[in-house]
Amino acid sequence: MAMVGDAISHAVLPGIVLAFLITGSRDSVTMLIGAGTIGVLTTFLIEFFHKKGKLQTDASIGVTFTWLFAIGVILISVFAGKVDLDQDCVLYGEIAYVPIDLWITKAGVVMGPRVLYIAGTVLLIILAFIFIGYKELFLTTFDPSFATAIGISTITWHYLLMGAVSITTVASFESVGAILVVAFLIAPPATAYLLTENLVKMMIISSILGILISISGYYLAAGTDGSIAGAMAAMSGVFFGLAFLFAPKEGYIFKILKKQSAPTRLE
Amino acid sequence: MIIQADDPIVEIHDLTVSYDKKPVLWGVDLTLPKGQLIGIIGPNGAGKSTLIKAIMGLIPNSSGYIKLFDDELSNVRDRISYVPQRETVDWDFPASVMDIVLMGRYGKLGIFKRPRKVDREVALDSLRKVDLEGYKDRQISQLSGGQQQRVFLARALAQQADLYFMDEPFAGVDAATEKTIIKLLREMTERGNTVVVVHHDLQSVTQYFDWVLMLNMRLVASGPTAETFNTEMLQETYGGKLTLLSEVGNLLKQGAFPSREKNEQVKS
Repeated sequence: MAMVGDAISHAVLPGIVLAFLITGSRDSVTMLIGAGTIGVLTTFLIEFFHKKGKLQTDASIGVTFTWLFAIGVILISVFAGKVDLDQDCVLYGEIAYVPIDLWITKAGVVMGPRVLYIAGTVLLIILAFIFIGYKELFLTTFDPSFATAIGISTITWHYLLMGAVSITTVASFESVGAILVVAFLIAPPATAYLLTENLVKMMIISSILGILISISGYYLAAGTDGSIAGAMAAMSGVFFGLAFLFAPKEGYIFKILKKQSAPTRLE
Repeated sequence: MIIQADDPIVEIHDLTVSYDKKPVLWGVDLTLPKGQLIGIIGPNGAGKSTLIKAIMGLIPNSSGYIKLFDDELSNVRDRISYVPQRETVDWDFPASVMDIVLMGRYGKLGIFKRPRKVDREVALDSLRKVDLEGYKDRQISQLSGGQQQRVFLARALAQQADLYFMDEPFAGVDAATEKTIIKLLREMTERGNTVVVVHHDLQSVTQYFDWVLMLNMRLVASGPTAETFNTEMLQETYGGKLTLLSEVGNLLKQGAFPSREKNEQVKS
């Protein structure tokens, strides 16, 4: 499942470019719709190749997203003159530009960074989605056949979830780029998984970790005068490593200590 | 030998199910009675799980139709409970025992609604019935195989259904848990519920089930255990596996069964 997020974050590129080429506007709603559509199409293709083509899931993911991403890259280079996007920006993003990209109303009032509003809106949508659909998401993820048996459509919820992953990805994409999106999609929950066994706590810890990673990553970048996105991705690895070693129950060191103390307890 | 039930709760007509165009169940035609404990037996790959998955609409039929409570599945879902095989879910999923049992209430709750107090009470009561009351806040990753199976059973009980389909509820559980489960299933049928169980252990068939289905890609036999479960039908169901069969045959002749052997069946 983790790699599906990775796949989507890359595969939405042609969606973004096509949405721009068709409407000619770079406004965020258009982008979100274009990317969201391709995101769901990506998950559909992954399922399709897996089920009908008898491909393993990882192979199916690999084929689908590289191919879609490549189309995106080709579209950008072909329409380079018309598209206000470039590969570097898409891959690495440039979070340092966020404060400059302001939302200014028609009356000329400066409302602050544009990305803040987009990401904020998406955050509210996702929170509402999780709040309303928690029960169904929980069940269809844990036990799809039971869900189907009681009449809940697992396919619908799968695509809704993947749609949510898509719009989250796209909203973040603009500011931080695909690579950092993947790091933030996977590292905080993976770290939280080592720290708790409760799904709600896991989501809360993930969010807090995301914030900690961003702040510490920013200062790491400032200190080393390096890429901000790169430093944040690096910090997500550091946090994961710390949790892996020192987590109270699942931690590696704790497990070793437990192993060593076990024989003495037996005596 | 296929005996039809009077006033059937499950009615299957000419059911054929295929995976990748290769039929795994051929022309199954049967009726099942209400209020009984019903066993589905047959060798590995005989289509036992497939049959109940087809009944629950989890896999499409190539032909035939199924009627439950003389109605279509979609109209009677809330009266039916399905217990999947234990290994089909990820038990490392971050969830507590209570979370899982509450899933049994989701069907009654409907979409978007949160479990109410009454649902928690039903769930707790179900846990009590499987002797896991003290485990309600335990993480599911910390449970033993037998406890996992009982959690699934509690979830099924929380559904408060009339008809239960269970896929191998005795797989990988110890003898004590098996006893607890069978006692529970008995109580359920005594209350008028119907329980259909996929089963592997031939030795306990006569002891456990009122009615038995014998399956090997097609339906070999269906009827009351006393009339149906005999050497001839076993021969037909298990075909070439004669060593096992002659053994069972001999046991049947003697009319006595040895104490339960602990040979784990490997599911293909």
